Amino acid sequence: MDYKKKPLPPVVGKAGFGLLGIGLVLMILAFAVNTQRAFFDYLWMYMFLVSIGVGSLALVALEYLVGATWSTPFRRISEFLASIIPVLAILVIPLFFGMHDLFHWTHPETLQNDPLLQSKASYLNVNFFIVRVAIIFVIWLAFYFLFIRNSQKQDVTKDPALTRQSIKLSAIFAILFIVTISVTAIDWMMSLEYHWYSTMFGVYYFAGTLYVSFAVAAFFAVKLNENGYLSERLSNNHYYSFGAFMFAFNIFWAYIAFSQYMLIWYADIPEETFWIIMRMKGSWAYFSIGLVFVHFIIPFLILLPRSSKVRPGLLTKMAVWFVLAHFYDLYWLIMPTYFKDGFVFGWSELGFMMFAIGLIITVFRIRAAKTNLVPVGDPKLESGLNFHLN
Amino acid sequence: MVSIMIKKLINFVKEYDSKDDREPRSKKLFGLAALYNTPNEIITAAADVAGKGYEKFDVYTPYPMHGMDDAMGMKSSKVGYVSFALGLTGMCLALLMIWWMSSVNYQNIIGGKPFFSLPPAIPITFEGTVLLTGIATVFGMLILFNQLPKINSPLNDTDFMKRVSSDKFGVVIKADDEKFSDSEVRKLFLSGGAFEIQEIYYRETNLGIKTPIFDGKFISIIFATAILTAIITYITLNIVLYDVVPFDWMWKQAKINSQSKSDFFPNKAGMREPVNGTVARGFLPYEYKGMPDSSVKLLSNPLAVSRKVLERGQERFNIYCSPCHGYFGEGDGRMKDQFPKPPSLHNQKVLNWSDGNIYHVITNGQNVMPSYAEQVSVDDRWAIIHYIRTLQRSKNASDEDLTKAK
Repeated sequence: MDYKKKPLPPVVGKAGFGLLGIGLVLMILAFAVNTQRAFFDYLWMYMFLVSIGVGSLALVALEYLVGATWSTPFRRISEFLASIIPVLAILVIPLFFGMHDLFHWTHPETLQNDPLLQSKASYLNVNFFIVRVAIIFVIWLAFYFLFIRNSQKQDVTKDPALTRQSIKLSAIFAILFIVTISVTAIDWMMSLEYHWYSTMFGVYYFAGTLYVSFAVAAFFAVKLNENGYLSERLSNNHYYSFGAFMFAFNIFWAYIAFSQYMLIWYADIPEETFWIIMRMKGSWAYFSIGLVFVHFIIPFLILLPRSSKVRPGLLTKMAVWFVLAHFYDLYWLIMPTYFKDGFVFGWSELGFMMFAIGLIITVFRIRAAKTNLVPVGDPKLESGLNFHLN
Repeated sequence: MVSIMIKKLINFVKEYDSKDDREPRSKKLFGLAALYNTPNEIITAAADVAGKGYEKFDVYTPYPMHGMDDAMGMKSSKVGYVSFALGLTGMCLALLMIWWMSSVNYQNIIGGKPFFSLPPAIPITFEGTVLLTGIATVFGMLILFNQLPKINSPLNDTDFMKRVSSDKFGVVIKADDEKFSDSEVRKLFLSGGAFEIQEIYYRETNLGIKTPIFDGKFISIIFATAILTAIITYITLNIVLYDVVPFDWMWKQAKINSQSKSDFFPNKAGMREPVNGTVARGFLPYEYKGMPDSSVKLLSNPLAVSRKVLERGQERFNIYCSPCHGYFGEGDGRMKDQFPKPPSLHNQKVLNWSDGNIYHVITNGQNVMPSYAEQVSVDDRWAIIHYIRTLQRSKNASDEDLTKAK
């Protein structure tokens, strides 16, 4: 294909830097005003960025693994978004200083008086926690660099052997992704309430990561293609699979979320129900019911007709909706531990959200400045461009 | 022997298969059919035909082709609306079913939960929705939109159909299209690179008013299949697989069932006995046990008479007392001739008894009547006594009772 690289308009960079800057200022203020709340907000933002970064890397691996061709023209978008992973390795460091504020199980006096925590202590202790986080980051970074290196090398060499190598890598990463994302969810979010039991929690977060990764990729794909940065041969029908996958993972999330809720409801045992009761206290009750509508029912009804999956305007709006819904979902998972009586949303939370979105845009812009927006050397690109919906 | 039978069978099928070819065709034209060699040609041909404004045409290819919908100028299918409507119906029906079963028809308290609540109803609702959506999509597509089954289409068993179902690509323009004209259509086909044009005529049977679905052959094949399937299913499940247990992991568990033998305990019984001195709810020990009945005369009925108590008493009486005493206490129960006949509960002796006396007899037994202390709870015994008093009064109703009843 004839692809000419164009630089992104300066407004993207300005918007990214602007959000990043305002967000950073608000973050620093938040830490100065209320450190513990700021750490919870920080964890919230961090988990959101993990969803996008690692989820996007999983999308790249998924494409190789299943031999998908429709997504090849858009794969660079997910690769750029996966570049958040190296940034995450830096962003995680402040969280280690906030562990005392975040995790009650790190307090030695809690451990002494809590037989249940003592029984979990062989897993839930600070040293092993840090080791786990370090191992997970080694895995993520290694696969990130391998995938990106192969993909970028292929732009020049056009060597199909690189695709074959990436397929093998993605088979390994598929397993490691599931394990690492589950462990991340359990360590950073479930351990906030270390008395709680749920075997669904890892897959619950996994559903959310792919939910938001598809949405962000769809947003960038539509916006870039509408403005002529990808290929003239890409039409609205090429977006269909983005819409379909957003829809599918929306249902998958609801399925997992409901399965977790129903098992707790049915068994009705105190070590499980208290987690739900926390989320039914005061204004949290409205927040929890709102989650069902914001995260599932409304997007489900909007994305249900086939025509809405190929409408670019609607897709970008729904992508923004999905991003906000994922923020909503993570807020619901993390914040009840801090705001016990009802949810609070102030300038502090807004600052962390702005920082996260600014970071995503900035990382994307920096990567897009150097690299082709379309993997021009990929052997599957041609059939991706030839995609027909019917 | 076997090979001859197989050959005969193959010949029969072949003959049956080609029977329709010999079915007489009428002079009425169904349409013109053109055959093409390559997928590209058929896509262009479909676009040409649609572009000329023909509406009654269809394209036949050996495999599904991407881009054909656009080339034929087809609008997106409306089958989704059928699926959505039936999906909503399925959702409502499933919810209604669960609500009706669990809180109206068969109330059962499970785990202290309300009779009807949403969480356990959702899986069934989901399945009901999916089931009806699936059925609606498949049958809506086949019947409403593809108008199948078309067992008697004029295209069946034509040379054209044989080609397009193996290696060629074809398009048919029907003769009843408003723009149809023989020469124009032929010109269009040839300009698109068609290598063969066939005229398809209606069968004689197509022109009759006979609806193909009522064809005797069709119906008899359906019936024969149904009967054969039923017989095979019956033989498979009830004879061949009768002893095979497909899943027994819930049935056969590594545990001792109640009422079964166990070598683990010294008395070889699988079921444990309650600790000595255990008292079941409603079965408080009777303090006048074994004493003469004169000492219990003063015991009075602790239950107040109410409709609920009398109904409970009637129910328990009918279960435990009526086999011998009869439904009305006249001693003509269903056990007569097999068991000594008890005296009537309406004799003067029982009429004069105090409630305590009757209670004493139910609890301790009398003559051949055994004690019912194990089976009937204390409250139920008193409820039965109320019912017996009601029976007695009904046999000796005063004038006042009768006027009240009016």
